[in-house]
Amino acid sequence: MITRADVEHGALLARLELNEEEKELYTRQLGKILEYAAVLQQLDTTDIPPTAHVLPLYNVFREDRVSGHLPVEEVLANAPDREGNYFRVPRII
Amino acid sequence: MYEAVIGLEVHVELKTRSKIFCSSTTEFGGEPNTHVCPVCLGLPGVLPVVNREVVDYAIRVALALNCQIARFCKFDRKNYYYPDLPKNYQISQYDLPLAQNGYLEIETENGPKRVGITRIHMEEDAGKLVHQGNIATTPYSLVDYNRTGVPLLEIVSEPDLRSPEEARAYLEKLRTIIQYTGVSDCKMEEGSLRCDANVSVRPAGGDALGTKTEIKNMNSFRALHRALAYEIERQIAVLTEGGRVVQETRAWDEDRGVTVSMRSKEEAHDYRYFPDPDLVPLVIDEAWIEKVRTTLPELPDARRKRYMEDFGLSRYDATVLTSSKELGDYFEACVAAYPHPKTVANWVMGELARLLNAHNMDIIASPVAPAQLAALLRLIDDGTISGKIAKTVFEDMFTTRKDPATIVREKGLVQITDVDAIAAVVDEVINANPKSVQDYKAGKEKALGFLVGQVMKATRGKANPALVNKLLKEKLN
Repeated sequence: MITRADVEHGALLARLELNEEEKELYTRQLGKILEYAAVLQQLDTTDIPPTAHVLPLYNVFREDRVSGHLPVEEVLANAPDREGNYFRVPRII
Repeated sequence: MYEAVIGLEVHVELKTRSKIFCSSTTEFGGEPNTHVCPVCLGLPGVLPVVNREVVDYAIRVALALNCQIARFCKFDRKNYYYPDLPKNYQISQYDLPLAQNGYLEIETENGPKRVGITRIHMEEDAGKLVHQGNIATTPYSLVDYNRTGVPLLEIVSEPDLRSPEEARAYLEKLRTIIQYTGVSDCKMEEGSLRCDANVSVRPAGGDALGTKTEIKNMNSFRALHRALAYEIERQIAVLTEGGRVVQETRAWDEDRGVTVSMRSKEEAHDYRYFPDPDLVPLVIDEAWIEKVRTTLPELPDARRKRYMEDFGLSRYDATVLTSSKELGDYFEACVAAYPHPKTVANWVMGELARLLNAHNMDIIASPVAPAQLAALLRLIDDGTISGKIAKTVFEDMFTTRKDPATIVREKGLVQITDVDAIAAVVDEVINANPKSVQDYKAGKEKALGFLVGQVMKATRGKANPALVNKLLKEKLN
């Protein structure tokens, strides 16, 4: 079960600001999603190893080579704020 | 009586050419935000792909630290919001790290001690925040993502360390071993070696662990030692006064010499790790591990043992000479050219180390090449110069980079071994110092030393000291 405190905790971690109505709504909706997913819990998975990835692939590598960088104007094109070639963000401690 | 329980978490930047999940360069420095691409900037729709060399390097370190290497491991997302991470998560390894259960050995007052290594995992480095002016009052931070995505190894020790000295010895040994493997520069001042510590105290001899604090921001070996010494005293004082240690992260303040509370751990950390769906798992088989094993050089412990057994060096000398790969390589190059290891060791650890220190230089930059040092030692052996003159010649070699034979010739330092020439000077000295001659004849052995000194002075140190001694005694007795 999802409690209102869980939603508040999740919102804090995700930096989301929720009003009272939203907290109510998400507590209910997330609860229903978990309830639905709980059907899976009924399966016996004793002999099944945990899934690390859904594709039957492993060891996909690239070689250690340097190639082109993004021009700095493009790097900063979406920056909400900049100073010189730096991203500028509110101070966070 | 209390005892300290310390474990270290060490981050090492690997010196691959490109980053761990993209082909941006790992080069240190550079103009801000010029060593970046869509992948390390975390732009939507990009796909990280593992740099194979990172895994090779990580396996190399794991083998050098006697770890068990996982046959199956994976990458996970560690979620937290901080502007040094453009994706709002760091790609790291959580429940299935690359390697576990290793150890290394340190030297302590009570002999060698084995320190356990809990785990080693691979992850990406974060960006750098720059603050202008005072961090407490500046309204904003500037972010440079050049370092974002540089490959890191996190190496976590067991809480086996019992003092700041042991912690320092562990970090130094770890650095030495990693430098030998050649995968990192391990420069604390450039941030390619970083260290956090978990510290608690408990009644000496007890089994239960006390509440720990995590210490950050220790940027040198000295800072590590000072911060731990301070924190241990602080915790003991809290307990002695009947208080309790609060579990928290504390920052070392180098200027004030204290640790300061950063944030309480109680509400803080919920990283919501989950397997990164963009990266497929790694399967590491025996053949891969063995192939990496062949790239390992002789490691410091084995090299020290060899120096003690083959060269007859003391444990202390062998430890010093193997403390960096380059120093050991230099020493061995000298021994190859002049096969008297103890003499070479004395010169390398004595004169050479002294001058390198004085000039703040590394052995790599030594102006005296191994062949030149060997040539100097041969000049002593064949009687061309005395051991005392050799030290002056060596200082000259260090500043001018000239060969010893050239310096000896140019400065006319060839030892005087001509008996008649020395005898003439000896006569002069005897005539000029009747008092000392009187003293010696009256049984004062010390007076002879003075007379020898006078002869050496008159020949500007070039007279063969053994000959001087012999001639003086003959003439006085």
